[in-house]
Amino acid sequence: MTEPTIGQRTSRTEPRDAVPVRHPGRWVAIAVLAVLAAMLVNTVLTNENFRWDVVGEYLLSEPVLNGLKNTLLLTVLSMVIGIAGGIGLAVMRLSPNPVLSSVAALYIWVFRGTPLIAQLLFWNFLSALYPFVSLGVPFGPEFVVFDTNQLINQFAACLLGLGLNEAAYMSEIVRGGIQSVDHGQTEAAGALGMTRTQTLRRVVLPQAMRVIIPPTGNETISMLKTTSLVVVIGYFELLTSVQRIYSTNFQTIPLLIVAAAWYLALTSILSVGQVFVERRFGRGVASGPPGPSLFQMPSFLAQRSSEGTR
Amino acid sequence: MTPMVEAREVCKSFGPTRVLRGVDLVVQPAEVNCVIGPSGSGKSTLLRCINHLETIDTGRLWVDGELMGYRESGEKLYKLHDAELGRQRRDIGMVFQRFNLFPHRTALENVMEAPVVVRGEKKTTAREQAAELLERVGLSDRAHIYPNQLSGGQQQRVAIARALAMKPRLMLFDEPTSALDPELVGEVLDVMRGLAQDGMTMVVVTHEMGFAREVGDSLVFMDDGRIVESGTPFEVLTNPREARTQIFLSKVL
Ligand SMILES: Nc1ncnc2c1ncn2[C@@H]1O[C@H](COP(=O)(O)OP(=O)(O)OP(=O)(O)O)[C@@H](O)[C@H]1O
Ligand SMILES: [Mg+2]
Repeated sequence: MTEPTIGQRTSRTEPRDAVPVRHPGRWVAIAVLAVLAAMLVNTVLTNENFRWDVVGEYLLSEPVLNGLKNTLLLTVLSMVIGIAGGIGLAVMRLSPNPVLSSVAALYIWVFRGTPLIAQLLFWNFLSALYPFVSLGVPFGPEFVVFDTNQLINQFAACLLGLGLNEAAYMSEIVRGGIQSVDHGQTEAAGALGMTRTQTLRRVVLPQAMRVIIPPTGNETISMLKTTSLVVVIGYFELLTSVQRIYSTNFQTIPLLIVAAAWYLALTSILSVGQVFVERRFGRGVASGPPGPSLFQMPSFLAQRSSEGTR
Repeated sequence: MTPMVEAREVCKSFGPTRVLRGVDLVVQPAEVNCVIGPSGSGKSTLLRCINHLETIDTGRLWVDGELMGYRESGEKLYKLHDAELGRQRRDIGMVFQRFNLFPHRTALENVMEAPVVVRGEKKTTAREQAAELLERVGLSDRAHIYPNQLSGGQQQRVAIARALAMKPRLMLFDEPTSALDPELVGEVLDVMRGLAQDGMTMVVVTHEMGFAREVGDSLVFMDDGRIVESGTPFEVLTNPREARTQIFLSKVL
């Protein structure tokens, strides 16, 4: 037996000669599912209309990969904006300063309360509202003047739309996380002489992360697919690229399979990443982080296999 | 000699509840002052006012000659900045009833945290010093363990080491043994006794009359937001003059 590792879940140990409880119902359920799975695989492989040859042809084709690149870029950058903005907004929202907290509340109200498509269109057509953006003193002289259309290209409009909207949602997630941390932690840090900023950075946020990460994982996976909305302002990503292809060759199903395969691959990578991040921030918590749910063996199978290796 | 703690006419209300109603307290350097009194009498609040975790409504409170939380200029009081308040607080250690260790850091990291973050010490220096402090509270072998795997008594000793890491001139204890199983109380009191022998100035809110009698230099009895009686522990505990003290002691002794 290995020593339980410090700060991680201690492995449950049982006497060697204990007979495990039998679960016949589980074996019946597994048999039923196995038959259904076999039927599914059969039809997917034998039905000609799936056109796996087309799927293979387009999976790594240039337009698809270009779309994929944009999906990734938009997801990563919007989430960075969203998380950074979300933390800032959450801190403002919780500030004792009423001006800061109402500004944050107003922001959240507006950005959560209006459709994302409308926001994307708004940023794209900002030049209609303000043809020029200038830096200067209000009602006073202007120092620099930019053409809005040059300042905010399509890509920037996508980022603003997705990122600023995400910040509003993230701020509520971060706020929940911060509020979940015991007030005694803030007091202990204050009594040691830490400033509010130090307390937030070193004591509160690291503990809040445990609560913040799972919904942030959700947000990121959801963002992966939400990026397809940029089509409304004429930009493109994975789904748009695929649509463009099947609108000319009419191989709708195979191309949707191409897109789905990529989305699933990215989602899997993100889920695995999330497990590691959760472990990192789960240190020092009694039950430890929940185990890796994605590829976890059902416990009764794990038990069998360990019996086999004895 | 400047008193380590000097409170003059300190009043404090939470909304309509008047929790402190004019408290005067003087604690000299190297003195161990014990505070006893019934639940809700304002003991914790008084302690928390000393390091400005609570602001006081009226009166004045000095620690080592410095007005806590404010700068006085002419007739006016100016609130101190966050950083200036931090500078005052780093000289005052506080130990809480519920330990309040940082759960995401090991015992050693808990003790290192403030010297590194607040005083900007090098990690290597802070680590050595933290290891020494853990040895002093008898926990060298638990250095790399997270708080949730320590017993209550061990957690409280880590919490004391964490407060000592800032080399405080004053230590505040708020019922440090009240959350502990009876058999763990002794190990924490032993550490505190050692501190007192080393000449640390301490204000200790406690229900441990034995400890107060043995280690305390002075003792105050609080009731209903006031200090009703004060003197040496021996005087107050064996010969209380006030009726309210007598009633309280007859219940707890
Ligand atoms: N943050 C707060 N808000 C409102 N009321 C409070 C607050 N903190 C304390 N009080 C009230 O102030 C009174 C004194 O509280 P305090 O904690 O100082 O008592 P105590 O003497 O430490 O009692 P105990 O022995 O139970 O710890 C209590 O009536 C309590 O309800
Ligand atoms: Mg109390």
